[in-house]
Amino acid sequence: MGGIFNSSIARKVAMALSGLFLVIFLLLHFIINFTSVFSADVFNEYSHFMGTNVLIQFLLQPILILGVILHFVLGFVLEYRNRSARPINYVRFNGSANSSWMSRNMIYSGLVILAFLGLHFYDFWIPEVVHKYIESHPDDPFRYYHETVAKFESPVRTGLYVLSFVLLSLHLYHGFSSSFQSMGWANKYAKGLRGFTVAYAILIPLGFIFIALYHYFNNV
Amino acid sequence: MNLTLKIWRQKNATTKGKLQTYPISDVSPDMSFLEMLDVLNEELIEKGEEPVVFDHDCREGICGTCSLQINGEPHGPDRAITTCQLHMRMFKDGDTITIEPFRAAAFPVIKDLMVNRDSFERIQQAGGYVSVNTSGNTQDANSIPVQKNNADDAFDAATCIGCGACVAACKNASAMLFTAAKVSQFALLPQGKVEATRRVLAMVEQMDKEGFGNCTNTGACEIECPKGISLDNIARMNREYLSASMK
Ligand code: HEM
Ligand code: SF4
Ligand code: FES
Repeated sequence: MGGIFNSSIARKVAMALSGLFLVIFLLLHFIINFTSVFSADVFNEYSHFMGTNVLIQFLLQPILILGVILHFVLGFVLEYRNRSARPINYVRFNGSANSSWMSRNMIYSGLVILAFLGLHFYDFWIPEVVHKYIESHPDDPFRYYHETVAKFESPVRTGLYVLSFVLLSLHLYHGFSSSFQSMGWANKYAKGLRGFTVAYAILIPLGFIFIALYHYFNNV
Repeated sequence: MNLTLKIWRQKNATTKGKLQTYPISDVSPDMSFLEMLDVLNEELIEKGEEPVVFDHDCREGICGTCSLQINGEPHGPDRAITTCQLHMRMFKDGDTITIEPFRAAAFPVIKDLMVNRDSFERIQQAGGYVSVNTSGNTQDANSIPVQKNNADDAFDAATCIGCGACVAACKNASAMLFTAAKVSQFALLPQGKVEATRRVLAMVEQMDKEGFGNCTNTGACEIECPKGISLDNIARMNREYLSASMK
């Protein structure tokens, strides 16, 4: 027996579960970021809580990082296996006749998200870890807002963020509903669920774009 | 109609093939695609050239033998049909038509446009059956009550003709739709429930072993399937597989 760990369906289910986990995290991240649009104080309060709570720092954060790693490593594995399943390509392949661009290019939207995560870690996560755990600065619950807003002075960075959110939207436009199919969800609610996932895939990245542009134009 | 055909020619499984161009004239729009190829082959034979090898049998859309990737789609541009049911009126005078074999590691080319689909047979043999004692005192199937919607879904799944268009259309060369149809047609019926756990595990294992890709849920298979087999079958197989794995 190949067993469940060696099965292609199990890999897809792991992909779906990790993707859904990231979708939930993304919503939380959005809500916290959005507070920065209307209140520096609220944003500071939430950020300080997230940045100092032991459970979040040392349990949920590692789970999140592992979840991301699991998701993109599995994404590469699936891509490699799926490509090997057709060693000689068609000379002519009319994919747009029967499937969406989003669904056929998950690996490319994913790679852009991965590159974005690199930038995002460099921008926020690494400075944060250095600040807190390496240089051990005294606790300052009011630094988050202006540190964040300052990042969006650069038009290049703001542009890269916006572009990444567009690709994130395309990734989720297919991926969010696809994950339910992978887990075997197909019933009378599937259609409504599809509508919800599409709304999410458009609105949440759009919200992130709004936040980035809001701070950019507030800076100039 | 006058057409330009670009056809994949390949001597055998081990040599490299290539697209070769053949002009063809006076094609009737009422011909089927395979009849058009018959005409081409007659011309080739008259000229002393090798005819193009392609699969076909029933020529009425029920056996699943005819294949062909036509202009980048299995069974060509029309929907819910096989290649033998594709008519030349779907094309325009002056068109160039590219004809390639179905491509998948698990469907090796035998010659020209003919591929070996034995991998499907092996998936089927791994569990696509019910064990029934055929000694003569078999119970009449109609005496076992089946819920109407299950009977309908099982029937729909059972209309899969094993043509392989789902694999050919899929960017991953995945056989999930075929395997899911074969799993579903039994899983939905009381006779099939007995061996359901073993069946789905064995068939998926064989599917993986044959080197098919898995699902990105692009939905290309459902659209290209001549029998309109639904993606819901794949979701059902995923459910069946997960619950079978927990047993
Ligand atoms: C870190 C970089 C990422 C890479 C390289 C990546 C790659 C991929 C790939 C290749 C697939 C398709 C797998 C298949 O063939 O079925 C996929 C699916 C998916 N991704 Fe990502 N992804 C990334 C980040 C994300 C993020 C940040 C989210 C959510 C916020 C996400 C959510 C999903 C979902 C929900 C699916 C659908 C799973 C399924 O079809 O069952 N991905 N990803
Ligand atoms: S599922 Fe459809 S496309 Fe696939 S083998 Fe069966 S009939 Fe052909
Ligand atoms: S030859 Fe039988 S389905 Fe086309």
